[in-house]
Amino acid sequence: MTEVSTREAYGNTLVELGEENKGIIVLDADLSPSTMTCFFAQKFPHRFFNCGIQEQNMIGMAAGLAASGKTVFASTFAVFASCRCFDQLRMCLSQTGLNVKIVATHGGITVGEDGASHQAIEDLALYCALPGFTVIVPADAIETAEAVKAAANMHGPFYIRLSRSKTPLVYAEDYHFALGKAVTMQEGEDVAIMATGIMVAKALVASEVLAKQGINCRVINIHTLKPLDEEAIVKTASEMKGIVVAEEHLAHGGLGSRVAQVIAREKLVPMSFVNLKDRYALSGKAEELLQKYDLTAESIELAVKSVLEKK
Amino acid sequence: MSNQINPGSQNAPQARQVNVFDLSMVDLIEMAKKLRRHIITMTATAGSGHPGGSLSSTDIVAALYFKVMRYNPLDPQWVDRDRFILSKGHAAPIVYAALAESGYFPVEELTTLRKFGSRLQGHTDRNFTPGVEMSAGSLGMGLSFGVGVALAGKLDYRDYCTYVLLSDGECEEGQTWEAVLSAAQYKLDNLVAIVDYNKIQLSGWVKDVMNLEPLNRKWQAFGWHAIDIDGHDLGQILAAIQEAQKIKTKPVVIIAHTIKGKGVSFMEGNVKFHGKVPTSEEVGRALRELE
Ligand SMILES: Cc1ncc(C[n+]2csc(CCOP(=O)(O)OP(=O)(O)O)c2C)c(N)n1
Repeated sequence: MTEVSTREAYGNTLVELGEENKGIIVLDADLSPSTMTCFFAQKFPHRFFNCGIQEQNMIGMAAGLAASGKTVFASTFAVFASCRCFDQLRMCLSQTGLNVKIVATHGGITVGEDGASHQAIEDLALYCALPGFTVIVPADAIETAEAVKAAANMHGPFYIRLSRSKTPLVYAEDYHFALGKAVTMQEGEDVAIMATGIMVAKALVASEVLAKQGINCRVINIHTLKPLDEEAIVKTASEMKGIVVAEEHLAHGGLGSRVAQVIAREKLVPMSFVNLKDRYALSGKAEELLQKYDLTAESIELAVKSVLEKK
Repeated sequence: MSNQINPGSQNAPQARQVNVFDLSMVDLIEMAKKLRRHIITMTATAGSGHPGGSLSSTDIVAALYFKVMRYNPLDPQWVDRDRFILSKGHAAPIVYAALAESGYFPVEELTTLRKFGSRLQGHTDRNFTPGVEMSAGSLGMGLSFGVGVALAGKLDYRDYCTYVLLSDGECEEGQTWEAVLSAAQYKLDNLVAIVDYNKIQLSGWVKDVMNLEPLNRKWQAFGWHAIDIDGHDLGQILAAIQEAQKIKTKPVVIIAHTIKGKGVSFMEGNVKFHGKVPTSEEVGRALRELE
C-alpha cells in the first residue's frame, strides 16, 4: 500500500478550505512546520496566528474568535492538545459548544523517538469524555482530507487525531466520508475487526492472512469514535461470532471501551482487544514500537483466533 | 510568516450608536448602591454564592454598563456591541444584577439565582443567560477569550471594545500571563483588562498567599499600558476608561484598587465573606447601610 502523510493532507486541505471560506482562522502553538498549518500560514498570513507555546491561551483565544463568528482550527501535537489544556477544552469548548476544530498531529506511539512525553496515548479517552465533542481518527490521508472538510462544514467542537508517520492508503480518491458512520472495508462472516486510525490498514492485512486459513473477517473502520455508530456495532454483533477492536491508544477510554459498552448493553459476543496496556512506551522507531507493544497485523490475527476460541 | 494583525480600523462600518445608558454621576452612584442591594438579596436568597468579590467589582461594572458600553438588551448578539467578559466567574451576582437593571431580563428573576432550572447559574454561563459573553468559574481563562474576541474585532474592522474583568487571584494563574503576552503581541488596543485588586483571595490575603507586587510594573513589562486607580471612585474609573480608549497599539490594564465586600461595613476587608452569604439579620443591616 502507498504511504501518505495524514498531516500533510491536513495542511493542504486547510489551504483549500481557506480559499473557499474567508471566515476560517488557524491557530498553532509553535508547531506549524510539524502540524503543517504552515501551508495555510504562508497562503493566508493574516488569518493565521502562531500563539507561541501557550496551549491554554490558544484554546481560550480560539473560543473568543469562534464566539465572534469565526471557524477556528487550532493545531499542536496530540499530547499537548489534550493533556496540557484539558480544563480549557472543558470550560471553553465542551461547555459552550463553540465552533473550534482541534486537529492534532503526532498521536499515539508512532511519534517514535521523542518518547513517552510526546506519545499521546490517552487523548481519545480525554476527548471522548467531553460532552459535545465529535472525535475522529482518520485511517489515511484521503479520509483525513474528507474529515477535515466535514468538520469545517459542521458547527461545534471537533477533535481530529492525526499521525506523525506516513500512513498506508486504504481508500481510493473517490471515497466519500460520512461522519459518524462506520465503514465496512471488507466483508466476512466469522469475526469482525473494528479498527481506527493506523490500525485499519493492519486489520486489512490481518484479514488477508486469516482468509488463507479459512477465517473470514469483516473489517470495519470506525473513524468517528464519538458519536459512535452504535447501530453498526449492534448489527455486527448479531451477525458475527466475535469482535476484535484495534487502536493505537491505552486500553481504557478509547474505541475498545466504547464498543464494549455498547456490546455489554445490547448484545453480548466474545471480544478481544488490540491496544496499549497500562503503561507508557519507550523511545524507538515507529515500526519497532508497534512490534514491541503488539500493535501489529499479527496481534490482530491472534486476537481473532482467541475470540473464536471463546465462542 | 506574519504574526501581526491588520493595522487600524479605518474602513470600520459606522457602528457607534448611542449607549443605552448614560447616567449622571449622581444616578450612577445610586445605581451602584442598587446593584449592591441586589447582590445581598440574591446571594442571601440563594443561600450560597460569593458576595465579597461581587461587591468589590460593583462600581467598575456599574460604570461599564450604565455609562461606558454600547449594547442592546433586545439584541444580545448585536455584532457591534462592546463586550464585557467576566473572568472571575464567581462574581456572577454583580453581572446578573447589571444585566437585569439594563433590561436583558426582569429584575424579579434575580432571586432565582442558583436554583434548579434558573437561567442564572452559580457561575456565569453563556448558554443560559442573555448578555453573558462567556462561561467562567475555572479561574484564569477569561483574558484568553478576550484576546480572541478583540482579535476578531480587528480582523473584521469592527470598532467594539472588549473589557475583561479579572480578579487579583487570577493573576496567580499562568494562563493569565500567556494571555497578557499575546494581547501585547497582537497590539490589541481594543482590549481593556480591569483587575479588581481587592487584595483578598479565598484563603487569605494575596500578599501572604502569592504576592503580585509590583503588579503595575509587571503588566507594563509585558507591554501593556497600566493605570492604577481607586476602583470605588466612579470619576477615576471613567477617567481611566477614557484614557484607555485613547491608547493606540497596546492593550490597557486598569488596576482597580478595591475593598472586598465594599459598601457593607462588616463585610469590608473580611476574608470570611468571600464565599459566605449574610444571615437574615446581617441582610437587614447590610440593606440599611446601602440605602
Ligand atoms: C482554577 C481555579 N482554582 C480554584 C478555584 C476556587 N476558587 C474560587 S474563588 C477563588 C479565589 C477568589 O479570590 P480572587 O480570585 O482574588 O477573587 P475575588 O477576591 O475578586 O473574589 C478560588 C481559589 C477556581 N474557581 N478556579
